[in-house]
Amino acid sequence: MSVDKQEREPLFSPKNIKLLTNPLNKDNPITTQVLGICSALAVTVKLEPAIVMSLSVMVVLSAGNVIISLLRNSIPSRIRIIVQLVVIAALVILVDQVLKAYAYEVSKQLSVFVGLIITNCIIMGRFEAFAMGNKPWPALLDGIGNGIGYGWILIAVAFFRELFGSGTLFGLTIIPQGFYDFGYVNNGLVILPPMALFAVGAIIWIQRSRDKELIES
Amino acid sequence: MDKNSNSYIFIYASVMVIVVAVVLSSVSGALKPLQQKNKKMEKEQNILSSIGINTTPEEAATLYLDNVKKEIVVDTDGNIVSVYADGKFETGDVRAFNINLKKQYAAINGGAKGQLPIFVIEQDGKTFYVFPVLGKGLWGPIWGNVALEGDYNTVYGANYGHEGETPGLGAEIADAPFSDMFKGKQIFDEQGKFVSVAVVKGGVANQSAILPSHGVDAISGSTLTCDGVTEMLKHSLGLYVEYIKKNK
Repeated sequence: MSVDKQEREPLFSPKNIKLLTNPLNKDNPITTQVLGICSALAVTVKLEPAIVMSLSVMVVLSAGNVIISLLRNSIPSRIRIIVQLVVIAALVILVDQVLKAYAYEVSKQLSVFVGLIITNCIIMGRFEAFAMGNKPWPALLDGIGNGIGYGWILIAVAFFRELFGSGTLFGLTIIPQGFYDFGYVNNGLVILPPMALFAVGAIIWIQRSRDKELIES
Repeated sequence: MDKNSNSYIFIYASVMVIVVAVVLSSVSGALKPLQQKNKKMEKEQNILSSIGINTTPEEAATLYLDNVKKEIVVDTDGNIVSVYADGKFETGDVRAFNINLKKQYAAINGGAKGQLPIFVIEQDGKTFYVFPVLGKGLWGPIWGNVALEGDYNTVYGANYGHEGETPGLGAEIADAPFSDMFKGKQIFDEQGKFVSVAVVKGGVANQSAILPSHGVDAISGSTLTCDGVTEMLKHSLGLYVEYIKKNK
């Protein structure tokens, strides 16, 4: 790519680093922008699908951001949403096909959720808000940053839900049998979607109590 | 050129669609052999795991050849359509392994006699009959393999798969704790009437309509998927009843 030539500032200038790190905390797509909640509720019952989902979203988001950014000056504004959707849909189908060919077990686990990446509002949100107005390199960083920002919330919630809902992590039993003998039971509510909402709510709560700037006046 | 003129928009959209179509169809074409190989290995793996042979997808092909002694195809009247053993056809010319259940069920609904696959597995001197089943879950198709013992009645093992059931809820039908409950259940009652095995909401122990030998406990939070399993077993195994009665 000829990106480097156009770029006057260094590749990892403080401004560019911020693109990568802001979405992890202050500008987190889930906890601050409250986007992509639906998939955060759906795929966080177990850790493994949550991780693969995060990776898939990151790939689609960063590749899509670059493509949209390269096309940004040619896209007619009246059909830009359609163009964005076509890019997302094409990338998602590619990810799905590749998973089916090379990671069949994982693709079986993720099943419908890979297709649902298309409806993930984070992706459309970043295309529209960032990639349409920025060069490919910052767009790539923004895509990776937001992908990780989305991913770590998903993984944190999935960790909590798998541990307390099924007593396992990555499918391996973690809670010792002795606990069960003393009457400990897995919490069935944690497996159900509402508990994911509580977990995300708790993360937002902790984040805002630590960072007062985020609290709306 | 004016980016908001109609002609620019039309040309832009057409070019975009064509480019995307070419890319997607070429990728799909290039990956198809790999995907089909995965599907075939999964099928072999599933048939074997219904009688408790757990393998990796890579080893499935050799183990399949070692263990599956015969592939039989029957119709709904219980007549044998085709028998395939040791790499050649004894009668007929349809391999049970290649039968598309969905198409056969549609044909049977349309009044045809259909072609239904049975896999005969011999292990440690015992014979098992594996019956593939197919039905509807909550979000999409569900399927499985039910292995019956030589008496054509007692379930020796079963496994299930699904396309898109909810992870953590309905998707649990694919896991061992659920399929293991089917072991030892019977599909015929004492009078020899076909009753199938039902998945009972609220637990088999808490009701009296279904005997413990014909029912397993449902998974909490996945009533519709579990009802799908009940329906699937009743319909799919039901199609073999004539054949079983002739051979029992």
